Amino acid sequence: MTAIEDNALKLDPEEARRVRQERLERIGKWVLPLAIMVLAIWLWDRICVWNGIPQYILPRPGVVLQTLHDDAGLLFSSLLVTLRITFLSLLLAVIGGVGLAVLFAQSKWVEMSFFPFAIVLQVTPIVAIFPLINIYINNQTTKLLLCAWIVAFFPILSNTTLGLNSVDRNLRDLFKLNGATRWQQLRYLRLPAAMPYFLGGLKIAGGLSLIGAVVAEFVAGAQGQSSGLASRIIEAGYRLNAPRLFAALILISLTGILIFLVLSLVSHLILRRWHESALKQER
Amino acid sequence: MIQEKVAQGTVSGESPMLLSLRNVGKVFSNGVPALSKVDLAIREGDFLSLLGPSGCGKSTALRLIAGLSTPTSGQLDWRGSIDRSNIGFVFQEPTLLPWASVFDNVWLPLRLKGVSRAEAKPAVMEMLSRVHLTGFENAVPRELSGGMKMRVSIARAMVTKPRILLMDEPFAALDEITRFKLNNDLLELWQDERFTVVFVTHSVFESVFLSSRVVVMAARPGRVHGELAIEAPYPRDEAFRTSPDYAALCRQASDVLVNAINSTAGPHHDGH
Repeated sequence: MTAIEDNALKLDPEEARRVRQERLERIGKWVLPLAIMVLAIWLWDRICVWNGIPQYILPRPGVVLQTLHDDAGLLFSSLLVTLRITFLSLLLAVIGGVGLAVLFAQSKWVEMSFFPFAIVLQVTPIVAIFPLINIYINNQTTKLLLCAWIVAFFPILSNTTLGLNSVDRNLRDLFKLNGATRWQQLRYLRLPAAMPYFLGGLKIAGGLSLIGAVVAEFVAGAQGQSSGLASRIIEAGYRLNAPRLFAALILISLTGILIFLVLSLVSHLILRRWHESALKQER
Repeated sequence: MIQEKVAQGTVSGESPMLLSLRNVGKVFSNGVPALSKVDLAIREGDFLSLLGPSGCGKSTALRLIAGLSTPTSGQLDWRGSIDRSNIGFVFQEPTLLPWASVFDNVWLPLRLKGVSRAEAKPAVMEMLSRVHLTGFENAVPRELSGGMKMRVSIARAMVTKPRILLMDEPFAALDEITRFKLNNDLLELWQDERFTVVFVTHSVFESVFLSSRVVVMAARPGRVHGELAIEAPYPRDEAFRTSPDYAALCRQASDVLVNAINSTAGPHHDGH
């Protein structure tokens, strides 16, 4: 920081203004969203008080926080159930998505034949498919997993396929010249080249697998067969227990944010040395 | 002195033939004739430049030699058996694996042949020192300058000790100072190892400085227009680059090139 300031002294006014602007932006990036968030919570609280809104319709933020604390045992055990489905389905989405993408990359014909099925699976709303899954599959976990997987695997498949096919033409020639086998080309060229694309897909899939898990639970939970966060929400809804409903909602949101941050970090760590997206701009 | 030493259309040297292209033609799938009736004899130890305007098929000729593309007519005759491992190729761009270190990039051709990192290490380090990159083995391409990236690319092409090195306008994107430096280093490497080089360029000055033979090509369709033997002695250094001999040779090559460009049928020239 001091180095920048020292530099700023020697820079012309135009440059100095730019440096100042950048520093402001850096601080603002964190401070602004936090400030707005605090303001929004305060406003929420005030609206409850000013309008005398009863707790079972809109609880005050403090009450929600209190519920989060009081119902911690119940809520967190439910969160664990949801997390288990989320991560297992994300894992399966990675395996399925990458596996299929590699298969597609082996032959244009395979890709042309099967890609449409993936799209059909992707565009059909999962809520509409669930009743079928419910008929065909008995095991509760398998049901939820399959649902979350269907939602989450497509971005990984689509991105990884794109990545595997986006290899520099000259690099392909280089491998050909050196007599690389198909496997070597995949291992040393196409998979690493697809990595940034895959990681982009993974970030989307991370969020989607949580959504998938919650939605699946919702549908299943409506039939009283689930114990995840979604069923807590439904239950709380039936009982007009709005504070708990809000508490569960906040937990789900936080989980989603956390998943996104963790996957962003993973992506940054893997790409930081070579990929444009992870490099700081040099001035 | 120069006049006598440069003879148009002669084929230099008595060294054994490495490759001859006989009546080679290439028509692209869209019907565009890229090369037509190319006859070219490449001898062991030649430093042969293919000089010509854009679209004269010089890169296509190089790809044919590399086996990356097949001729639609005529044939390529290699002396003895040659497989692809005898061919080194340097692209116009450095074409490095961006995620891999300099060491791993140079190791790649050996790795693809099943040579382990430990086994490859002496050869890789030797090549890196030959291109003056010792100490950069752990850097990734992103951290290197354009010239350094090209050095890595050359080291990678040379690490398998190929008999023939094919270079497709390798220094075209570099600044002049870097290009001169790389020219010198390439010549040094070539004189030490005496491999055969086929060097594609559109620079008269570069081709004359480097080559023992300059083959001038013309466009539409791509064909060999003429040839110059550059008989100035090696080693060629900065003194040669500023000598009257060099200037005279460049003028000659330039004249042939202008002829080649003018010989091209068609209503317009692109100014290349």
